[in-house]
Amino acid sequence: MNPYLLEMRGISKRYRQGPVLHGVDLAVGRGEVHALVGANGAGKSTLMKILMGMTARDAGEIRIAGRPVRFRGPGEALRGGIAMIHQELNPVLDLEVAENVFLGRELRRSALGGMGGLGALGRLGPLSFIDRGAMRRACAVWFQRLAIDLSPTALMRNLSSAQRQLVEIVKAVSRSARIVVMDEPTSAIPGREVAVLFERIAVLRAQGVSVIFISHRLEEVFWIADRISVLRDGALVASDAAAAFDRDTLVRHMVGQEPRTVLPKAVVPIGRVLLEVKGLSWGRRVRKVDFSLRSGEILGLAGLVGAGRSETVETLFGLHRASAGEVWIQGVRRTIRSPKAAIRHRIALVTEDRQLTGLNLLGTVAENLAVATLGRCASFGFSRRAREHGLAESCVRRLGLQALSRNALVSSLSAGDQQKVVLAKWLLTDPAIVIFDEPTRGLDGNARRDIHLLIGELVRQGKAVLLISSELPELMGLADRILVMAGGRLTGEIPRERFSQAQIMALASPFTEVAHD
Amino acid sequence: MTDLMGLLQQASINGILAMGMMFVVISGGIDLSVGAIVAFTGVIAASLAHPGQHALIVAILAPVLAGGLVGMFNGISVARGGIPAFMVTLASMLMVRGAALSLGHGAPVLNLSQGFRAVSGGVLGPGVPCLVLYFAAVTAISAVLLRLTVFGRRVYATGGNAVAAAVSGIGVPGIRIAVYTLSGLLAGFAGVLLASRTLSGSPSAGEGYELNAIAAVLLGGVSLHGGVGTWYGTLLAALLIAVLGHGLDRLNVPPSCHLVLLGLIIYLAVRIDGKGKGPGR
Repeated sequence: MNPYLLEMRGISKRYRQGPVLHGVDLAVGRGEVHALVGANGAGKSTLMKILMGMTARDAGEIRIAGRPVRFRGPGEALRGGIAMIHQELNPVLDLEVAENVFLGRELRRSALGGMGGLGALGRLGPLSFIDRGAMRRACAVWFQRLAIDLSPTALMRNLSSAQRQLVEIVKAVSRSARIVVMDEPTSAIPGREVAVLFERIAVLRAQGVSVIFISHRLEEVFWIADRISVLRDGALVASDAAAAFDRDTLVRHMVGQEPRTVLPKAVVPIGRVLLEVKGLSWGRRVRKVDFSLRSGEILGLAGLVGAGRSETVETLFGLHRASAGEVWIQGVRRTIRSPKAAIRHRIALVTEDRQLTGLNLLGTVAENLAVATLGRCASFGFSRRAREHGLAESCVRRLGLQALSRNALVSSLSAGDQQKVVLAKWLLTDPAIVIFDEPTRGLDGNARRDIHLLIGELVRQGKAVLLISSELPELMGLADRILVMAGGRLTGEIPRERFSQAQIMALASPFTEVAHD
Repeated sequence: MTDLMGLLQQASINGILAMGMMFVVISGGIDLSVGAIVAFTGVIAASLAHPGQHALIVAILAPVLAGGLVGMFNGISVARGGIPAFMVTLASMLMVRGAALSLGHGAPVLNLSQGFRAVSGGVLGPGVPCLVLYFAAVTAISAVLLRLTVFGRRVYATGGNAVAAAVSGIGVPGIRIAVYTLSGLLAGFAGVLLASRTLSGSPSAGEGYELNAIAAVLLGGVSLHGGVGTWYGTLLAALLIAVLGHGLDRLNVPPSCHLVLLGLIIYLAVRIDGKGKGPGR
C-alpha cells in the first residue's frame, strides 16, 4: 500500500513577476505532523493554495491516497478530505460553538416526520428546522474524542484564540478531513495555550489524521513535527525526519547562509526623561499605569494576551480617551486626545496588526509611506508628491526597500516588506518616542533581524523606544528594562541584569482578584 | 455641434451630482439624499426667485447652502454618531423630501424671474450652454481636489482603511463631514440648475437622481467599498450614461427600455471589473 496519504510532485507555478515554485515535491504520510518551513516569500502559501485549489498550478500532480486530484476550490478540497485552517480565523462570533462546527451543514430536525403533513417540512431545504440539540450532542462527541475541554453551547465570542483554533480543527475533522493544513496556528495564541493546541494535534495524529503545519517558530516545529520540509525561493531544499535536523541546520536551509542568531545589544548612553506616564487609565482595561521612558532607552512591555499592553499604548497615543492619568512629554504636561496630537508631540505607534490598522491595502507603497506626513509635505493644501518622494528616499534606503516600485500595491508585498513600509511611514514623522506593538509578529528571520537592527539604530539616535512583544527572547535581547502587565495593571519592573523568563511569566500571570471581572 | 452640446447639457446635472457622490463613495460611504436635496433646494430657489423679490444671488446661494447643511448633518451623523451612511442618508432623504413637499405645499413653485431662468438657459461664446460650463467647472475643481490636494489624498486613505488612517493622524471624522457637505453643496447647486432649467421648483423633482449618480460613480470604476476610483472615470461614465440615453432616443427605443439597458450595462461593467480584482480571489 502506498505509504503516503498526500503526494505533490513537480508542482510549479509562475506569476507575472516570475516563478514562485519550481518543481516542488511534498509527501505526507498517514498520521504524520509535517512541518513546512521557509522564509516569507519561499512559496509555502502558494503551495498550500495550489493544494486547496485556490490557485491553479502550471505543472505537477497531486495525489491523495494514490488517486490524482485537482480541486477547484476549498469546498472541493474539503470533500476530497483536506481542510485548511487559516492564519486569520473568521468564525461567526455570535453563534455558539456547535453552530460554528456545523456551519453550512446544519443538522435538521426529523422529529416532525411523524406528524403527518408536517413531514414535508423535513424537505424544505434551507427552510427546515435546525436540530440544535443534535448538533450539540454531535459536537460533544467530537470534543470527547479529541479530548477537548469545551462546551458546545459556549458563545464563540467568549473563547480564546487557542480555543477558536480547536473549534476550527473539530470543524475540519468532523467533515472527515484526513489532512488538516494549519497556517501559523500559534501566531495569535499566547505561549501557555500553545501546549493546549499541540496536545490536540497529537491526538489527531494518533487517530491517523495528517497535519501540515506551517510555522515560523522553530521551537514549535521541533516540538510537534515528525517530518520537516524546507522551502527556499520556491524550491524544496530539504525534507527529512525532524530528528535529522537541529536548529542551526534548519535555519541554514531556510536562509541559505550562515545565520547570525544572536544580535548583540546596542550599547547606548541613557539620557534624559522623554516621557512620563502617571496613573494612566482607560476604564477597566488600563488601570493606573505609571512609567517613564528615557532617551536612548528600550523599555520592554511584557504580559499575556489581554493584559492591557496594547490598550495602554493606544490610550497613550490618543486612540482611546484616557479616563484618568497624566502624560508628561519632555517635562511638559500634555493632553493627547487623538493620534494627530500624539504625532505632533513626536510619538509614533507601530500598531500590532499591520493589515488591520497599519496599512491602506488598497493603496500603493508611495501612498502608504506618505499618509502620516501629507500635511507636512504640502504647501497651501496642495500635495507635493516630489517632496514626499524625496523625504522618503533615505528612509526607504535604510530599510532596504529601494528595490520596490513606489507604485506597487502594498497588498502585493511580503509580510516583511509590508511591516517595513509601516515603519518607514512612522520614521518619516520624525518621532522622538517610538512605540512598537509586536513588530516582528509573523515575520521571517531576515525581516526580524532588520527590525531589531532598526530599533537599535533608533536608540542610538537618542530616541526612546517602548517595545511590546510576546516573544520573551526578543524582549530580553533588546530591552534595557522590562515592565510586566496583568489584568490592566503593571505588576512589576525588571532591570536588564535580572531578566529571567521565569520571573516575567510569574508576574504576567493574572491574579485571582482581576480574574473575575 | 449643437447635438453634442445638447448631449452634454443632459449629462450636466447628473454629472454634478456624480462628482459629489464620488468623494463620498471613495471615502467609504454613500449618499442617498442627493435626489431629495435637488428637490428641496429647487423649491427654495424657486420660492426666492419670484420676479422683483430678492437679488438673484440670494436665490442661488441660499439653496446651495441649504444643500450643504443637509450634507453636513449627514456627515456629522456618520462621523460622530457612528450610524451607517446608508441609514443616515436614507433617513435624511425622507426628511428632506418631506420638507420639499411641505415647503412647496405639494405643488411646483412657478413664476420665476427672467434672471433666474437665465442661470441655466444662457449660452456662452460659440454655442456653449452655461450648464455645460458649470459641469466642466465642477469636474475641474473636483479633479484638483481629489488628485492634487492633501484633502483628496486623505479621502482615499479614509476609504482604503479608516482605522489605519486615524492611527496615522488623519482626522477621519473631519474628512467624512467634508465629503458629505461637499456632496450636499453640489446637490444644492444641481437643484438650482434644475429649477432654472425646468422653470419651476418641483418637490417631486430629482426622484431617483441619487441612483443615477451612484450608477455613474460605480460604472466609472469607483469601488463601493471605498478607497479606489478616479475623477475621469466618473466623468466618462456620466457622459456614457447621457450618450446612451441620447442614442436610444434617436433610435426610437422607448424610454422604458432605457432603464433596462442602463441597468444591464452597469451590471455587466461592474461584473467584468469585479472579476479581476474582487477581494478574496
